[in-house]
Amino acid sequence: MRRLALIAVPYIWLLALFLVPFLIVLKISLSDIAMAIPPYTPTLDLTEGWEGLKDFFSNLDFDNYIFLTTDDLYWKAYLSSFKIAVIATFLTLLVGYPIAYGMAAAPDHWRPTLMMLVILPFWTSFLIRVYSWIGILSNEGYLNQLLLSLGIISSPLTILNTNVAVYIGIVYTYLPFMILPIYAALERMDGSLLEAAEDLGCSRITAFWLVTFPLSKNGIIAGCFLVFIPTIGEFVIPSLLGGSRTLMIGKVLWEEFFNNRDWPVASAVAVILLLLLIIPIILFQRNEQKQREAEG
Amino acid sequence: MSQTVFEPWNDPQAKPLIQFKNVTKRFGDFTAIDNQTFDIYEREFFALLGPSGCGKTTMMRMLAGFEKVTEGKILLAGQDMAPIPPNKRAVNMMFQSYALFPHLSVWENIAFGLKRDKKPKDEITDRVAQMLKLTRLEKFAQRKPHQISGGQRQRVALARSLAKAPKLLLLDEPLGALDAKLRQDTQFELVDIQEKTGTTFVIVTHDQEEAMTVATRVAVMDDGKIMQADTPANIYERPNSVYVADFIGDVTIIEGRATKTGDGYDIAFAEGQPTLHAESSKTFQNGQSCHLAIRPEKVAITADKPDTRNALKGTILDIAYLGNLSTYHVRLETGQIVKAQTANTRRLSRRNFTWEDTVWLSWTDTAAVLLEG
Repeated sequence: MRRLALIAVPYIWLLALFLVPFLIVLKISLSDIAMAIPPYTPTLDLTEGWEGLKDFFSNLDFDNYIFLTTDDLYWKAYLSSFKIAVIATFLTLLVGYPIAYGMAAAPDHWRPTLMMLVILPFWTSFLIRVYSWIGILSNEGYLNQLLLSLGIISSPLTILNTNVAVYIGIVYTYLPFMILPIYAALERMDGSLLEAAEDLGCSRITAFWLVTFPLSKNGIIAGCFLVFIPTIGEFVIPSLLGGSRTLMIGKVLWEEFFNNRDWPVASAVAVILLLLLIIPIILFQRNEQKQREAEG
Repeated sequence: MSQTVFEPWNDPQAKPLIQFKNVTKRFGDFTAIDNQTFDIYEREFFALLGPSGCGKTTMMRMLAGFEKVTEGKILLAGQDMAPIPPNKRAVNMMFQSYALFPHLSVWENIAFGLKRDKKPKDEITDRVAQMLKLTRLEKFAQRKPHQISGGQRQRVALARSLAKAPKLLLLDEPLGALDAKLRQDTQFELVDIQEKTGTTFVIVTHDQEEAMTVATRVAVMDDGKIMQADTPANIYERPNSVYVADFIGDVTIIEGRATKTGDGYDIAFAEGQPTLHAESSKTFQNGQSCHLAIRPEKVAITADKPDTRNALKGTILDIAYLGNLSTYHVRLETGQIVKAQTANTRRLSRRNFTWEDTVWLSWTDTAAVLLEG
């Protein structure tokens, strides 16, 4: 009985905070747009009894999903989000790996401080941090002023409102999610493995590729998923830093909801996005499980 | 059939494989190795024995190339090793933690060093097969290190370090992670493999029994210095210092003053006690202070006064029963404790002596070792 109560807590949590909202969104995606409050029909009216319920279900259809296939804006937005997420994840890995490596190689008494520095940005609002990048990247921003005063460039670079700014924003925001799992993998590694590799004839560089890199593989995979999954649906960064030509599904979703007030289509976009994300989430879970098994 | 004794260190013609020449190693202000000069010969099984922090691991890491020599030189086959990095040395090391690559199979672990040498494929296959056979690991070739037992891992580590046929193999506490029973079996296996391959082994250990079992010569280290490097028998029977006598095995040390008599010395150690006699080739001044080291198993314990020059009376303070042996701690009237050991050839119920019994301890003139004070 006590065990049941214990298991019930996370399940009720999941039911209330994930499944119920999902079912509501799913229901809206099957409805039709209407000039009403809320802006869709049908709505469930339990006072009508059994007949009302039958009527309610007969009015649900897949029209919105069919609509998504007729306008190529949507699949282009999905594809573009995917592309941006892949490139941004790769860039985050390129920046994050050396940082994680440096942290793991640092003397023991330095590590808590370095860890703190990685986590510290989380303590300020994400929105404020993204806004501050506008100040850095804009044409009159700090970066351009610095480069101009150093004489490296003669006219300001246009970075803000381009995909470059979006990449910078994503790499900056999600860097800790990449660093921490890689650092965890590297930190666990036994230092004598590298000495053994050297002893058996490896140079420092080959020892890295043959020992360190494969042993941090699980951390890399975990980090990539942790960056990739939220990046695909990212809305704030492309809308603040990106230009009108930055096409991401999160932005499309927002516009459908707030500009077009077309809740049913927006919900259909969200449901498809969720279904698409289930694939990498399952892959991520399997990677975590495999790692646990290998260690157990 | 005569067997030649393997004692290259006594042969002035023999050329040493490893030469330490006035080697000093400092870490900041701390001197880990203090001006050491000694030789290791080919095919030797050389043990560095000492308590933790005595510098034995530093000695080994200098041979592997992981630590730089501060002063002096280490020569391998006459060549100065200082400029050669660890990955270019004909020296391989078996790590205390084994350091097996967890993402590679047993086979790939053993082949790792051979692949780095860019050896042809079939040569690698042959060599790995040979190593697997030597260490009886054929069945486990495709397993990952976490899928085999501790003893098997130890053999993989050995096979991997031997695969490149190094001139010198370094073993850092190779049996430290094994349980007592497995350790004993593995000790003999190690000697067997060393003889089969003809490789020179240098082993670091803090376990004296292990060092005595496997080594041709044992170097007892303390505080960055080799106190004595000799065969296990000589280390035990003819220690050159109180430190070595005390470090190896069980011993009673009696402090006294020597007076030359006949072939040896009479040692007066306490008022009211008879003088003891020990033969010694060392020279002592009359009245010079000295230490007499005597092993418990060389001390006989009797109820009546025996007819020997070395006989002391005392009462039994403690009995350590070890199953096959019993060690008696006997207190003399002066308060000095002398240990005596007897084999338990009879059942326990028929033991002759018990606590508080007054007994006589005796030993022969050649049993004890006289050491400088």
